[in-house]
Amino acid sequence: MTDDKAVEGGPQARFEAFLAQGRFMIQRSRSTGEHVFWPRVAAPSGAMDLEWVPASGDGVVYAITVNRSRQGAYNVALVDLAEGPRMMTTLPAVETVPIGTPVRARIETVGETTRVVFDPVATDDAPARKEGA
Amino acid sequence: MAHPLRGKTAIVGMATAGVGEAPGFSAMELLAQASMAALDDCGLKLSDIDAVFAATSSHAFPSMSVVEYLGLRPKFFDSTNVGGSSFEMHLLQASLALQAGLCDVALICYGSNQRTAGGRLVSMSEPQWHETPYRPRHPITAYALATSRHMHQYGTTREQLADVAVAAREWANLNPQAFARGPLTREDVLSTRMVSDPLTAGDCCLVTDGAAACIMVRADRVADFPTRPAYFLGAAGANWHRSIVAMPDLTVTAASDSGPRAFDMAGLTHADVDLVMLYDAFTINTVLFLEDLGFCPKGEGGRFVQGGRIAPGGDLAVNTNGGGLSCVHPGMYGMFLIAEAVTQIRGDAGDRQLDRCDIALLHGNGGTLSSQVTAFLGSEAAL
Repeated sequence: MTDDKAVEGGPQARFEAFLAQGRFMIQRSRSTGEHVFWPRVAAPSGAMDLEWVPASGDGVVYAITVNRSRQGAYNVALVDLAEGPRMMTTLPAVETVPIGTPVRARIETVGETTRVVFDPVATDDAPARKEGA
Repeated sequence: MAHPLRGKTAIVGMATAGVGEAPGFSAMELLAQASMAALDDCGLKLSDIDAVFAATSSHAFPSMSVVEYLGLRPKFFDSTNVGGSSFEMHLLQASLALQAGLCDVALICYGSNQRTAGGRLVSMSEPQWHETPYRPRHPITAYALATSRHMHQYGTTREQLADVAVAAREWANLNPQAFARGPLTREDVLSTRMVSDPLTAGDCCLVTDGAAACIMVRADRVADFPTRPAYFLGAAGANWHRSIVAMPDLTVTAASDSGPRAFDMAGLTHADVDLVMLYDAFTINTVLFLEDLGFCPKGEGGRFVQGGRIAPGGDLAVNTNGGGLSCVHPGMYGMFLIAEAVTQIRGDAGDRQLDRCDIALLHGNGGTLSSQVTAFLGSEAAL
């Protein structure tokens, strides 16, 4: 268990407070071991003994789209975290990647928004593109 | 044994208003026009209505707003809002209330002016805080994500999705009320602007104005009305998520749960179905629902729709009005599934009329592939 007493409030507020500290934290049930994201007061199993743990940051792209408009293009992806849960995110360094691409999380702050984003991870058969490429 | 609700209620009045473009009219004005025309269709008066079922894209309390605007005093009302599937759920709720004797004449209605009011899909849907930082452009982002996954897992192609749009257009070309008419080829669809990979503008439903309303009564009264009744045969809903991120498998919708239960309730099999009305907000919807409702195996939907199989003259009549893709899509399309099913069951569908339409399946979809409601309507021959 981590020092989650440092932040007060409900699961959403605590997640956002962790994020503001530069930490990507997710919930885990002490009794069942299941991980939960997005943060909530009860796990899908019904377990309420949720503690905060650091996410490994490892994941795989489950689905991806590129939103295109006159203002430009950006991708929106669903990433399956190594711990199990799925989250919406984006891969800011690339236009798009194939589904199944391994990715790693980092925290990005743009203007007022601090968010968890992902970068492709180099593998033997799929070298990651350089940032900004 | 037949389900106690099967065939016990019927739609006796139905009308649409402002389909396509209705400049200068508000959503409630169009809804009221459709409601008055539905009453006129079956020879009832406003004062006969004692139950109101409504959902819109622009009213927080739709049944209250309808009641006030039409000067009604209903003893039963329901504003259940499960997006575009609301009206298929209203069919079930109205049947329950009628059969329980809680009311005698139910109005189910919808109206929207979102084309002429701004030309963009209007939604009161609140952003999901865990999605907001990534600027999803719902609904298309969600449906594009599902499409990307279906292509990845099953090899579904953009060409197959384009065939869904082409089939819808071919039906629309037989429907004078359809908003988008004219020739459309697979190549035309493929060459439209990419909006959210892999979905192009040609994969997206229309944004139109439009209203529709129907009047439902207990079946023992149908002889009192001049119209051919469309009997309620069964309905079932299923809902597993709200945000696309919480959908367990983006290639399997809750229609795989609502469909079998609706078939059971109606005592029907696929071979009985003459008309399939699927909520086609995007081309992927038709593919997903054909699979999840059991018209083809999971993953085969793309191949199933090829070669004009769901177009006029094909093996399976799907979305004979032209669908949300080519006929009408004023934000929440579910009421128009009912309108087309009633029109076909009555035999009033003109050039697009099916040789036989005794059993119609209606499948409503709401949110981001979230709420799924399957319903059956049928002619007297279906009883």
